[in-house]
Amino acid sequence: MNRQAQGVVLLLLGGAVLRASLSDLYLRYVRQGLRPFLICAGIVLVIAAIMTLWYDLRRTLDAGGDEHGHGHREPGVGWLLILPVLGLVLVAPPALGSYAAGQSGTALGSQQLSDFPPLPAGDPAQISVLDYASRAVFDEGHSIGPRRVQLTGFIMAAPDGSTYLARMVLSCCAADARPVKVGLAGDGAPTGLGPDTWVQVTGTYTAQHTTDPVNKEQIPFLTVTEWHMTKAPKNQYEG
Amino acid sequence: MTTVDRETAPGVVAPPADHPEPPHHHRPAGRAGGGGRGRIGSVEVLAVLLVLRVVLRAPNPGALSSPRLQTWTTVFVAIMVQATPFLVFGVALSAVIAVFVPRSFWARALPRHPALAVPVASCAGVVLPGCECASVPVAGSLMRSGVTPAAALAFLLAAPAVNPIVLASTAVAFPGRPQMVVARAVASLIVAMAMGWLWLRWGKLDWIRLPARPELDDLARWRAFWAAVRHDIMHAGGFLALGAMAAATINVVVPKQWMQTIADNPALGVLAMAALAILLSICSEADAFVAASMSQFSLTARLAFLVVGPMVDLKLVSMQAGVFGRRFAMRFAPATVAVAVLVSVLAGGVLL
Repeated sequence: MNRQAQGVVLLLLGGAVLRASLSDLYLRYVRQGLRPFLICAGIVLVIAAIMTLWYDLRRTLDAGGDEHGHGHREPGVGWLLILPVLGLVLVAPPALGSYAAGQSGTALGSQQLSDFPPLPAGDPAQISVLDYASRAVFDEGHSIGPRRVQLTGFIMAAPDGSTYLARMVLSCCAADARPVKVGLAGDGAPTGLGPDTWVQVTGTYTAQHTTDPVNKEQIPFLTVTEWHMTKAPKNQYEG
Repeated sequence: MTTVDRETAPGVVAPPADHPEPPHHHRPAGRAGGGGRGRIGSVEVLAVLLVLRVVLRAPNPGALSSPRLQTWTTVFVAIMVQATPFLVFGVALSAVIAVFVPRSFWARALPRHPALAVPVASCAGVVLPGCECASVPVAGSLMRSGVTPAAALAFLLAAPAVNPIVLASTAVAFPGRPQMVVARAVASLIVAMAMGWLWLRWGKLDWIRLPARPELDDLARWRAFWAAVRHDIMHAGGFLALGAMAAATINVVVPKQWMQTIADNPALGVLAMAALAILLSICSEADAFVAASMSQFSLTARLAFLVVGPMVDLKLVSMQAGVFGRRFAMRFAPATVAVAVLVSVLAGGVLL
């Protein structure tokens, strides 16, 4: 791998990282908090690329085109850095959805708080899927009471053929994403929706629950009174 | 007077002699020693990319029809995007160490006796706020600067596990269980020091092969700095990509249902969590949240996950093989896993 090639790969990588972090693309893969670091890293990569190409050009000019004395071994493994560039620029894979959610068990393990703050104001109260599931499982719905709540998430097929409302929770990047699943009960529950359809459901707490076969954790239910399809949010992850 | 670092590590390969160059003088150095494969220059890469860009006008997630392949790609890209800032940060820091920090500094900063330098270096890891991708190039750079390998290795193991960011995220992930944070810090420090001392006793210097850096010898400082940055990003980054591919594969392929059956057996649980930490290659700043969500496993098993993960995982072993050489990684990684599991079980028994 010669220096020109390395410079070009660095430039592509830096450009791809900058493009992803200056748009909302990066939110499909990492948390919002990483954005400034991504932008800094992208800038450093671009500068490194420019310096590499500049020094290479100067060396070629200095040598008058006759002498190329620095042909030492350079790692060919660097070519692999093209792959994330292709991934970001050409494919831009979507945020993890129903397939990944089905592969993992519902994840409430880290949320075992005993005191839940009151629901936010408004009717229905807009809360996250993770918040509802935590209140339903660990607080047995006490902090929800009779109030109506509104959740936004995507549809995934439950093993028994019904549908769950799910959301992926992220702590760093999509490699550590874990799903939170909520069963949809009641006559108003959405039917006939394909997986990964984003919906906004409104409903009330129900004590009904089931177990996730993947990890034996509890999946709470929501009695749905109304629902409508919605656009996928800018940040599809919670947490 | 320049403080550019000189090659001192034993077993460093001398740069190969010049190559006959094609008449095109714009391509100074081709794939030197490329095993007879055709030369691929930047021009060709650009051409291929431009063609691809034209063929696929917009980013096209639909190109991957299988949800499994799509998930693989998302996880791979996510690991790379997540790791890039830490890689760049670590590489820049290691270039600063290589180019701007005089070697005499390390001689003064660390105790002269290697056995004493090991614990000091382990504790120094506390102040490097980053994950494991940053610490590999930094440790390589420390070795080049004349720091005794045992101390550099102790730093390599300790830094990603015991820094404030990682400990804080552990505390957040395990609310009401501060002993988890203590156990993680203590166990990680013990493992780092133990590995440093084990290296002093049994390690062989010729296992470590730091890649040649001839270009740093005769360059002005800033030029050497950018040369080091370029080299390390290409090198460690390439191996990071390799490891990220492996981790994404594991993430997609391993059925999570297996874990429930394994978790019921305490001994098996510890080994399974250690294996999972190696395979999943989760960043040390996030692994506590994943461990917390695996509530079917015992706390000791989850501690093993937190201690092993930042020290040995697929992408780390891949990067270590790249930076220190394969012979080193093949010995160092299994030994670290064994020590880490042992210490985790002991620490879990005492503290959890």
